[in-house]
Amino acid sequence: MTSFLIRRLGLSVVLLFIISIISFFIVTLTPGSPYPWGELNPKISAEVKANFRKKFHLDRPLHEQYALIMRDLFTGDLRSIKDDRPVMSRITERLPATLALNFTAILISLSFGTLLGVYAARHAGQWRDMAGSFVAFLFIALPSFWISYLLAIVLVKGFHVPILGTHSYGIEFPNGFAAGLDTLWHLLLPATVLAIGGIAAQSRYLRATMIGTLREDYIRTARAKGLAEEAVLYKHALRNSIRPLVTGIGMLLPALISGAVIVENIFAYPGMGRLGYEAVLERDYPTLVALNFVVAALVLLGNLLSDLLYAAVDPRVRLE
Amino acid sequence: MSSATAKTPETPLGRILRRFRADPMARVSVFIIILFALLAGGTALLSAMGVNWPYDPNLTSLEQKLLPPVPSHWLGTDNLGRDVLSRMLHGASISLTVGLIAVAVSLGIGVVVGAVAGYFGGKVDQILMRSVDALLCFPTFFLILTAVALLGPSLINIVIVIGLVSWTGTARLVRGEFLTLRETEYVKSARVLGQRAWTIITRHILPNAAAPILVTAVLGIPDAILSEAGLSFLGFGVQPPQATWGNIIADGKTYLLDAWWLILFPGLAILVASLSFYLAGDALREAAESRN
Repeated sequence: MTSFLIRRLGLSVVLLFIISIISFFIVTLTPGSPYPWGELNPKISAEVKANFRKKFHLDRPLHEQYALIMRDLFTGDLRSIKDDRPVMSRITERLPATLALNFTAILISLSFGTLLGVYAARHAGQWRDMAGSFVAFLFIALPSFWISYLLAIVLVKGFHVPILGTHSYGIEFPNGFAAGLDTLWHLLLPATVLAIGGIAAQSRYLRATMIGTLREDYIRTARAKGLAEEAVLYKHALRNSIRPLVTGIGMLLPALISGAVIVENIFAYPGMGRLGYEAVLERDYPTLVALNFVVAALVLLGNLLSDLLYAAVDPRVRLE
Repeated sequence: MSSATAKTPETPLGRILRRFRADPMARVSVFIIILFALLAGGTALLSAMGVNWPYDPNLTSLEQKLLPPVPSHWLGTDNLGRDVLSRMLHGASISLTVGLIAVAVSLGIGVVVGAVAGYFGGKVDQILMRSVDALLCFPTFFLILTAVALLGPSLINIVIVIGLVSWTGTARLVRGEFLTLRETEYVKSARVLGQRAWTIITRHILPNAAAPILVTAVLGIPDAILSEAGLSFLGFGVQPPQATWGNIIADGKTYLLDAWWLILFPGLAILVASLSFYLAGDALREAAESRN
C-alpha cells in the first residue's frame, strides 16, 4: 500500500512535469504577443515595455522563462498579466464553485448512468437494450450549448428555474437553508447539462461489464433461491460490475472541465472553465499555464482517489 | 448453417455487410451520412459552378430578416435576412471536412506512436505511454480552444489542432493490438526470417489491426464535428461570413426567444450527423469484435 502510494506519487510528479512543459510551450510558442496593448502601440514608451518584459520574464530565453514560471507558481508569486493579482488566488477563489458543479455533475452521471446501464444489460440483445444504446449515443452526440439553450427555454418559461450565476441577486434570504436551496437551484441546470455526456459514458461501460457478470453462476444461484430481480441486479450483480463506475470517475473529470468551458459561459457560472475562457481571450498566459497545471493535478488526484476507492469496495483488489 | 458456408471463412467485409443488414439503426445511420455527404458535396459543387441553391448563403436582405420557416425560406432567415437552409448546406461541408481531416491527422499520429510503442516496447514504450497519460490529464476541449485561439481560428488550424490533441485513444488501442500481435506465430516467423521491423509492422501486423483502427476512425469523426461546433459557438471556429452549424447557433442566440429556428435546425443537424457516425461506428465495432 505504502509502496503503491509512493510509486503513484512519483509517477504523478513525472506526469505533471510533462504537462507543465506541454502547456508552457503551447501558450508561448504560438504567434502573437501577450502584451495587454498592441505590440507596436506608439503611446507606450520603450521604458514601460521593458519593465513589463522584465516583470513577466519575457526578456529571458524560453527555458529560463519556463523555470521562472514554475518557480513563481510554487512560491505563489505568479501574477496574472490581466489584473496583476496572484494567479493562485484567482484560481482558488473559483475552486469551490467548480468543485460543487463537478461533484453534482458526477453524482448525476453516476446515478442515471447506473440506471441506464443496468436497464440495457438486463435486456441485453432485445429492443430495450437497443433503445438504451440509442439514448446513450444520443446523449454523447448532443451539442452541450444547444441543449443548454433548449433546456433554458423550457425550464425558465415553464418551471421558473433560475439559470444565471450561483445565486439570485438582490434577495435577502431569511436563513442559510433558503440561501442553500437557492444555490442548489442555480447548480441544477449547468450540472445536468454537464452530466449528459457522463451518463452516456458510464452507462456504456457498465452495460459491457454487467452483461458479463450476469452470466456468472452466483447470479443464477441468487435467482434460483427466489430473490427479487431488483435485488439480484442492484445488490449482487452491480457490486461486481462497479469497476468501470469507479475508474470512470477519474476519466470523467477532464471531460467535465472541458465541458464546463462552454456550459459555464452560457450560465454565467463563476467556475474554472469560465476563468480559462477569459484567460484565453486575454492571452493571459501565466493564468493558462497555472490553470492547466491545477486541472491536471486535480485529475491525477481524482485518478488516485478512484483507485483507492476501488480497492476499498472490492476486496479482491490489492494495491501494490 | 449449411456446410458450404461453414467451410469458407467469412471475409471482414462480408461480416460488416451482414451486421449492417441485420441492424436497421445502423443502416439508417449510413444512409443519413451518405445523404449529408451528397448534400454537402452537391452544394459545394454547385457553388463552384456559380449556382447557389436555394440561395446565396451570404445574401443579406433586411426586408426579410428573422422570417420563420415559410415556403420561400424552408428553415427561415437570420437577423440579416440570410437563408438558414443555404447557410446550413454550406456549413455541412465545413463539418464533414473538419471531421474527416482531423481524424486523418489523429490517426496518422496515433497509429505511428502506438505501433512504435507496441512493437519495440521497453524504454520507448514507457516514454511514449507516459506522454499519452500526460495528454489524457488535459481537458481536451480546453486545450483545443487555447491552441486555436492563440494560433488564430482558421479551418486549417482547427483541423490540425483537433487532430494533434485527439490521437491518444488511437495510440493506446494500436499499442494494445501490437502487443498481442507481436507474440503471434506468423510475426515470430517473419522475425526469424530476418525481415526488417518496418516490413513486419506494415505488412504483417498493421493489416491485422485494421478493423479496430477503422472503428476508432469512424467514432473520431463525430468527436471532431462536435469540437468544431463548440469552437464555432465560442467564436473560435471557422470565421464569418463562412457559415458553420456552430456559428449559426452562436449568432442566433441573441434572438433565442424570438427566432427558435436559428437554434433548433443547426443544432439538429449537428446532433443527427454526430449520432449517425456514432451508431454506424458502434455497429462497425460489433462486427469487428465478433470476428472470432
